[in-house]
Amino acid sequence: MTNIAPELPPPGLTPEPEGGAVGPIQSGWRLAAREFAANRLAVLGLAALVFFVLFCYLGPLVYHGGLTSDLSSTNLPPGPGHPLGTDAEGFDVLEQLMVGGRAALEIGFFSALIGIVIGAAWGAVSGLAGGLFDGFLMRIVDVLLSIPFLFVVLIVAVRYGSSVLGLSLIIGFFTWQVPARLVRGEVLTLRVRDFVSAARAAGSRQLRIINRHLLPNSLGVVIVTATFAVADAILAVATLGFLGFGLQYPTFDWGDMLNNGVTYLQDGYWWQVYPVGICIIVVVMACNLLGDALRDALDVRLRRR
Amino acid sequence: MTGYLIRRAATALVVLLGVSVFIFLMLHLIYPSPAIDVLGPHANKFSINQWNVQHGFDEPWLVQYLRYLNQLLHGNLGYSYKLNQSVAALFQERWLRSAYLSGVTLFLSVVIAIPLGIYQAVRRNTVGDSVVTTGAFVTYAMPDFFLYLIAIQLFAITIPIFSYEGPQTTSMWSIITDWRAMTLPIVCLTLLELAGYSRYMRSAAIDTLAQDYIKAARAKGLPERLVLWRHLVRNAMLPMITLIGLSIPVLLAGNLICEAVFNFPGLGLLFYDSLGTADYPILLAYTLVGAALTIAGNFIADISLTVADPRIRLV
Repeated sequence: MTNIAPELPPPGLTPEPEGGAVGPIQSGWRLAAREFAANRLAVLGLAALVFFVLFCYLGPLVYHGGLTSDLSSTNLPPGPGHPLGTDAEGFDVLEQLMVGGRAALEIGFFSALIGIVIGAAWGAVSGLAGGLFDGFLMRIVDVLLSIPFLFVVLIVAVRYGSSVLGLSLIIGFFTWQVPARLVRGEVLTLRVRDFVSAARAAGSRQLRIINRHLLPNSLGVVIVTATFAVADAILAVATLGFLGFGLQYPTFDWGDMLNNGVTYLQDGYWWQVYPVGICIIVVVMACNLLGDALRDALDVRLRRR
Repeated sequence: MTGYLIRRAATALVVLLGVSVFIFLMLHLIYPSPAIDVLGPHANKFSINQWNVQHGFDEPWLVQYLRYLNQLLHGNLGYSYKLNQSVAALFQERWLRSAYLSGVTLFLSVVIAIPLGIYQAVRRNTVGDSVVTTGAFVTYAMPDFFLYLIAIQLFAITIPIFSYEGPQTTSMWSIITDWRAMTLPIVCLTLLELAGYSRYMRSAAIDTLAQDYIKAARAKGLPERLVLWRHLVRNAMLPMITLIGLSIPVLLAGNLICEAVFNFPGLGLLFYDSLGTADYPILLAYTLVGAALTIAGNFIADISLTVADPRIRLV
């Protein structure tokens, strides 16, 4: 018998493949994380958000400026004991900023969560169902999207918006429509892909296909939308508070602080207006930067490496 | 094209009907009857019931909705029991002022955004682009009212050139000519709208610059000026058509906050006042008008895009 493979290299010595060596295969998520970390603005945005979370939740444990009415020290300018002064009730502005930020962050987070959970489920069911049912579900989305957001949120918030939970539910209920549309779009392209057909051929039920294949693959879109939804919710809460229909004492809220501070704009009590405004802008900007960066990181077409 | 137009209009009508059901039901659940407003806070249960029966507020919501819809189709937007005026009369008195504010700011922001976005796309990643992008990004993240507050502080209190309040006259002519009172609302609202539009215009122009026909135009030796005017501007403006059509809810919300801050007597201020007094016929009517405008905006955007872009062929 002749040797049929005389050219085989000795074991333990693999030849260089044609076209050069290939590095270890990296998962999509790890590539996205690397892309994200290379974006300086995104890291800055993330750092700002982490700072505000610490500032709002750990700050009041360390710093006690006084959140009880103190009529002997009202409208004090920044000085010793009150780094950012006091307001008309004698509340310390810095501590109010810390506690008031919690409401903004919590409502932002919860309403975005509500929005993406409902939206993802709605979009996945709609995209997978197809036909008349899909049309029906999407017309409901159209209806809710046609109503100006601020108007309905104001109308409902006047009655039911006096708690963090209430505002989160209200804003969340008018947030899920955009994620629903996006997830439906993703599902429409994903459901004809081979791996979904393979899963179906293997006998997976609809729920399993949605949970294991469709939703994880549209997660990128959902995360990006959620980040922007947080920013929008924080702006909405601030606007509601400023217009006087949001959270009110004893719950502290940035919008409400601005609403009170504006009264004294002409008196030059700048510390009651500008620090709050800057906090809102920085948090919203951080969310927007994060959203932009995540979109770039998760979008394969934009990936540089 | 005609088939598409009919189908698109039919969908818009269905959505509009759905919107009216949703808004009516929502306000019906929050404010079931205006009886207390008419009879006073100390009216007894019997007279409230009596009034509800007389005016049909005891009937199931669907009946009340159909009656409201019937009135709407006859041009009756409802009656404000708080202000003792029909909603249509209130709107008629004020809509022109809001339309003026929206129209001027929309015009200015689009006219500025288009050249600005193209400039940014062409001079991408230069100092000028970064400055504009940063400015737009900060303005975009700013709550509307905060920009108004800064503007009032700077240009009405510290340096008192402009008025910190909108014009309070009823005559349209004196509102238009009252530059001291109109400058701050118009400039601020324009800046806020510009922030969104210019970001969008920049990315649209960048996308267009990467197209093959731009490369082809440059490769055949066309002067850069002609490449920009003939090929870039016209193509990059197409997404703006959709954006303007879709931005009506944002415009209405912007107007609402602007009018509330500057006490400018338009529809937005009327809505804001009605929130405080729970004057629900006005809330219902204006939300409905806003939704109808939004649907109309989407519709017009779709149609004009198909007209403006010959690549979109419809059957």
